[in-house]
Amino acid sequence: MPNYFSPEKETASREQIRAWQDAGLRDCVRRVYDNVPYYRKKMEEAGVAPEDIGGLEDLHKLPFLTKDDLREAYPYGLMARPLTDCVRIQSTSGTTGRRVVAFYTQHDVDLWDECCARAIVAAGGTPDDVVHVSYGYGLFTGGPGLNGGSHKLGSLTLPMSSGNTDRQIQFMTDLGSTILCCTPSYAAYLAESINERGLRDKIHLKAGIFGAEAWTEEMRRDIENALGIKAYDIYGLTEISGPGVAFECSEQSGMHINEDYFIAEVIDPKTGEVLPEGEKGELVFTSFAKEAFPLLRYRTKDICILSRERCSCGRTFVKMTKPLGRSDDMLIVKGVNVFPSQIETVLLNHGYAANYQIIVDRQKNSDSIEVRVEMTPEMFSDELSKITAREKELVAALKSMLGIYANVRLVEPKSIVRSEGKAVRVIDKRNLYQG
Amino acid sequence: MIAHTKGGNTMEYTQQISVFLENRPGTLAELTDVLWKNNIDMRAMCVADAMDFGIARIIVDDVYETMTVLKDAGYVCQITKVLTVEMADEPGGLSKILALLGSAGINLEYTYAFLSRKKDTAYLVLKVAEPEKAEAVLRAEHIRLIGQETLQGIFGD
Repeated sequence: MPNYFSPEKETASREQIRAWQDAGLRDCVRRVYDNVPYYRKKMEEAGVAPEDIGGLEDLHKLPFLTKDDLREAYPYGLMARPLTDCVRIQSTSGTTGRRVVAFYTQHDVDLWDECCARAIVAAGGTPDDVVHVSYGYGLFTGGPGLNGGSHKLGSLTLPMSSGNTDRQIQFMTDLGSTILCCTPSYAAYLAESINERGLRDKIHLKAGIFGAEAWTEEMRRDIENALGIKAYDIYGLTEISGPGVAFECSEQSGMHINEDYFIAEVIDPKTGEVLPEGEKGELVFTSFAKEAFPLLRYRTKDICILSRERCSCGRTFVKMTKPLGRSDDMLIVKGVNVFPSQIETVLLNHGYAANYQIIVDRQKNSDSIEVRVEMTPEMFSDELSKITAREKELVAALKSMLGIYANVRLVEPKSIVRSEGKAVRVIDKRNLYQG
Repeated sequence: MIAHTKGGNTMEYTQQISVFLENRPGTLAELTDVLWKNNIDMRAMCVADAMDFGIARIIVDDVYETMTVLKDAGYVCQITKVLTVEMADEPGGLSKILALLGSAGINLEYTYAFLSRKKDTAYLVLKVAEPEKAEAVLRAEHIRLIGQETLQGIFGD
């Protein structure tokens, strides 16, 4: 039974959506050109002025924006509104170099909440539901996003945050949580813990909204069977707002992008050329409706396919496939973005050589990351305790850099396989990207 | 006149080679194969292991040659000065030596024993925090220390 949070938006005609996007784009380009020197300079360099952008057909004239731009403009360089108009900051994990700080006006928070509310409704949520949010709260957008969506919808919101599994399960049973929001790996872990404790009959979950990391159809079936629920994917990134940029509907085959707020394009990651619908490429977003931190043609580095085929749920918004890969070397482990360069920085800062390998695995639907480091004469000692103490320091430094625990394994020199002289830095055994 | 009672020349150290080994099947065999192929005879060996790695500690006659061979084979290794003590191969032999060090307040980091062809005699390798002090304590009790140069002699080959 189809149900929408914003029916007039989610089922609008393609012409109507196009009209919103045309008007929104024109307005956004004008705003950033007038208010953001960084954008003005970039547009001038590309030889494009606001009057050149009449609508979507002119979008390709605008230069791309990348994480490098965000880093260069950090922290205030891309703001289109004064700080006094802003009410919120969210940020991605990572080093100062990689950190992305996003600003929100109240309008931006409302827009984001609305996107998440749509996702909850698409998963069968109503104001009668108890929404159990086990994403991390804080700078990470997961918790605040779904929390806001649940409030907007008028559901009873349980702001659990992540961790403390016993407490999670106790609240779930005592307070009758009906919709679980967390990373798919944590959902799988919770499912296992619930079944181990024999509490499957005591929980009232009917659906789950799981995002912030890639997951397979097998994992979806595992979680659905283990908890007796329907499991839905949700997509987003801090740069664009957070979770809810796109969400799955009852079809469970791709995520509807909230096109009244975001324009999606798919490009060839090598040439930057816009690809026709149905072709696989890098996803690019223009968040034209945002006030404080609108991004024009932001390259997500996520590889996916867009489809405007009619969906049985009745929504007319374009659908994106689950990400099919990355066009950079970013890994998502336990829902956290990890760049090999972050690990390299820690190793070098701790006196290790840059001969390392990152092994990512998923056992029983739970991610693990291991960093193999080659021993060097400088780091070696005859005393076991000295080496293990250094190893512990390294583990702590990695935890602080990445936000997650990474196991460290010391290996013999030259034991890390090099192909054509270059070490294979990452071995991801999870095979997350299908299709 | 300056009394020359203590100095590098009078110290009797053994130069142990410590080798880093990762914890996976076959690593020790790989190490001993390298020594074998280069005709290096180990006088003593012990392996200490942590969770994910180990340290092989070996005593050989020609330290320089062995270090060269190991480095060429890609090992991370280093020389550690240890004391090698001769003791009677009889009940209580080890206790006597440990008691001496203990009562002198010398902390023992690790130890292992080996035998030679000399009858009724065993050898104890000691890694202590204060080697000079340990040496003085042991010498005062007329306990024989085997230096790197005299090592080959006790095997008589």
